[in-house]
Amino acid sequence: MALLEVKNLGIAFGGLRALKDVQITIDNGEIVGLIGPNGAGKTTVFNLLTDVYLPTEGTIELEGNSIVGKKTYEITQHGIARTFQNIRLFKYLSVIDNVKIAMNSQMKYSGFAAVLRLPSYWKEEQRVEEKARELLRVFDLEQYAETRAANLPYGQQRKLEIARALATDPKVLLLDEPAAGMNPTETLELMETIKLIRDRFKISILLIEHDMSFVMGICERLVVLDYGMIIAAGDPEEVRADPKVIAAYLGGE
Amino acid sequence: MNFITQIINGLNAGSIYALVALGYSMVYGIVKLINFAHGDIIMVGAYAVYVVLIMLKLPLWVSVLASMAFCALVGVLIEKLAYSRLLNAGAQRISLLITAIGVSIFLQNLFQLLFSSSAKSVPGFFPEGSVGFGGASVGFGTIITIAATVLVMILLQLLINKTKTGKAMRAVSEDAGAARLMGINTESTIAFTFAIGSALAAVGAVLYMGSYPQITPYMGSMLGLKAFVAAVLGGIGSVPGAMIGGLIMGVAESLTKGYISSNISDAVVFGILIVVLLFKPTGLMGKNVKEKV
Amino acid sequence: MSKKNKLAPYMKKKLISYLINFLLVVAGFVVINVLTTLGVIDRYIAGILTMVCINIILAVSLNLVTGILGQLVLGHAGFMAVGAYTAALFTIHSGLPLEGFGGAITFLLALVLGGLVAALFSVIIGIPALRLKGDYLAIITLGFGEIIRVLILNLDFTGGALGLRNIPGMTTFNWVYILAALTVYIIYSYMLSRHGRAVLAIREDEIAAEAAGIHTTYYKMAAFVMAAFFAGVAGGLYAHYIGVIAPSKFNFNYSVEILVMVVLGGMGSITGSVIAAAVLTILPEALRAFSDYRMLLYSVVLILMMLFRPGGLLGRSELSIAGLGRWIKRMAQRFAAWLRRRKNGEKAPKKDKKSRKKGEVQ
Repeated sequence: MALLEVKNLGIAFGGLRALKDVQITIDNGEIVGLIGPNGAGKTTVFNLLTDVYLPTEGTIELEGNSIVGKKTYEITQHGIARTFQNIRLFKYLSVIDNVKIAMNSQMKYSGFAAVLRLPSYWKEEQRVEEKARELLRVFDLEQYAETRAANLPYGQQRKLEIARALATDPKVLLLDEPAAGMNPTETLELMETIKLIRDRFKISILLIEHDMSFVMGICERLVVLDYGMIIAAGDPEEVRADPKVIAAYLGGE
Repeated sequence: MNFITQIINGLNAGSIYALVALGYSMVYGIVKLINFAHGDIIMVGAYAVYVVLIMLKLPLWVSVLASMAFCALVGVLIEKLAYSRLLNAGAQRISLLITAIGVSIFLQNLFQLLFSSSAKSVPGFFPEGSVGFGGASVGFGTIITIAATVLVMILLQLLINKTKTGKAMRAVSEDAGAARLMGINTESTIAFTFAIGSALAAVGAVLYMGSYPQITPYMGSMLGLKAFVAAVLGGIGSVPGAMIGGLIMGVAESLTKGYISSNISDAVVFGILIVVLLFKPTGLMGKNVKEKV
Repeated sequence: MSKKNKLAPYMKKKLISYLINFLLVVAGFVVINVLTTLGVIDRYIAGILTMVCINIILAVSLNLVTGILGQLVLGHAGFMAVGAYTAALFTIHSGLPLEGFGGAITFLLALVLGGLVAALFSVIIGIPALRLKGDYLAIITLGFGEIIRVLILNLDFTGGALGLRNIPGMTTFNWVYILAALTVYIIYSYMLSRHGRAVLAIREDEIAAEAAGIHTTYYKMAAFVMAAFFAGVAGGLYAHYIGVIAPSKFNFNYSVEILVMVVLGGMGSITGSVIAAAVLTILPEALRAFSDYRMLLYSVVLILMMLFRPGGLLGRSELSIAGLGRWIKRMAQRFAAWLRRRKNGEKAPKKDKKSRKKGEVQ
């Protein structure tokens, strides 16, 4: 059984059919790339997976259980976490708080326990502090722990978004253009980091990206979307050579 | 009171609500702000009429025009002094809301200080007499009110759909940034919208005074709130919606007063708002815009 | 190193600061009581201090939902009214003792009951209201506040427009002081926990918060209900202080007065609300002569604050001993530098206004 199984997914906004017949399968530990020209509907797929929109047709199953219709936070708690195309950090909170917030559903102490400062409060806060710092270390962000998220340089902000998504302890990580705006050095570094977190945290990753060197360098499989439909899928080298894919990006003959 | 009379009364009040609702809708359409202070512009208009008609003893038509001009001016002033700075700086919604509340309270208390909180009477200026209709008698005042409202509505639709300024207003409502890039002066378009909305409130005030000849500094808040509910009901941002919403509000209120109790008519107003916001927040004729992620 | 050892220094630092704050609160309590016994504080001043504490509870609770959570709620006075009437009706009709220790228990029960009923109302109101955004939420809470007022006005057992009279005067300064301190502590400690962080996240970016696994509806409701509870308690205290309550008191104007306290003190700063509540209770008393202009002034304050300092006086930061110490040190350093420059006859360096403004973003 695949980890994440998307079948016949489709959504229409009024008369506009944004997605049709989308199939995606993700197994444990895979890094899959979702590519296609601008406006193809890639972020829409992410939005459907995380209940920003409700699909008009199709199924989405995580570990065999349907998640269609579940609320966003429930989906996150079930194991799908995402980052956003336009960075959505908690700007005026500290870097480490951004991460701690994502760990909220793993903590259990109640509001009363917080007010009375019961032992559970101290224990869990300590644990979360350590786990958050450890996660920041993986992304080389620990020195920024107390900094306001808005004050981070752009590349670090993108990494923080990923760290925050990772902090929810997901099974599948959806990354929306994680390398956007990064220079070649940062991009290479990000590739290594993503491979590292896949190995270390045993998760699967579905990513949207336009940077082809990034995509070819890290994805084990590709799914190509154009005008809301899948035009090719499979081995990256084969997909790249597929004339339909080339036509989609270049505009055809 | 028979049913037809209730309905006619409702249309009378509803027309006034519709005029004021238009102001809310237009402003919301263009700057996405609920101008809390809009209801109090009615009050300003009413006192302007009072000053010109009673204190200066000028003819009615002068006072109406003066009131419209004064309200337009006040509307633009409020926009320039209070809102534009926040709008341009991309301030948070809550800051705009609080500012609007501040302006509303400021107007109420300013006029209370100027004119005292006791009610001022304005002698009825609508012609006496009535016309028979469907078994009920319809006062000339009511006819004038409804007719005036319909006329204004038609003129406004013409303005928005057939003039260049109207086109500018529609453009800025859709996408202010793009409008600016197309060479539209967004600042003056917004100011103009506020001016028109406020002038409409002044007309509403005049019609109100025709039927209910007492004015206080606080008359604007309940009126404004009801008109706001009307705007939401019809679909905020929609001109025909404001008309429909206003008329429905007026009739609903009138029927409640007639058949249930006049005590709870205020609560019914809010009840309608709650129901609309829960089940069809875009109103009867509004458009739905979801936030893009 | 065992887990307990690692935990200890983290706890210890916090516990010490808790202790200092606690001692300060106790000191304030003792000082004011001593001054009252000595006659330095007469009934008039004690009355003002009592209202200060009641307003602190109101402002801090409103801050939780409007400043910290960031949702403008305009019906706070309505919840206060619910609490006031519930508590008053309880003490008047329950037949329980009103004097001595028994009386204290009755009073406590009345206050808690008032808070709970207000909380209940807020749940009913919150379920539909909290689904709405910004402007609409504000209007709907305004509407509910008015509906509550109309209800109270039209029910028999609430005394209608005349309200309730002869409410036992059980509120003393000690009561309000302790309850105000308790309120501030509860809200503060809640904020400094995972729940508080969740609330902050919702204000920062609700969509991102949902994506991070936060059940936003639950936390919005929790903040809303907590705020209503404390408003209810404040209402009960108020009722047993003034002895007479009528629906006309708990109107939109009063909601706005509390909002001004929150806005002035800093939306998101608990200590800011405390200070602003104190200032805005004492000042109108001191400037009684200008009471006609009070609401006018408040409205101007609201507008000016939004235009020039939307974060309020303290913004989102808290006034703390450590923070105060740092501020004093910074001021002292600047003063010393200024002295040195004067001695050497130098000119002052030009302050970079732009960068300072950026850092001040709220």
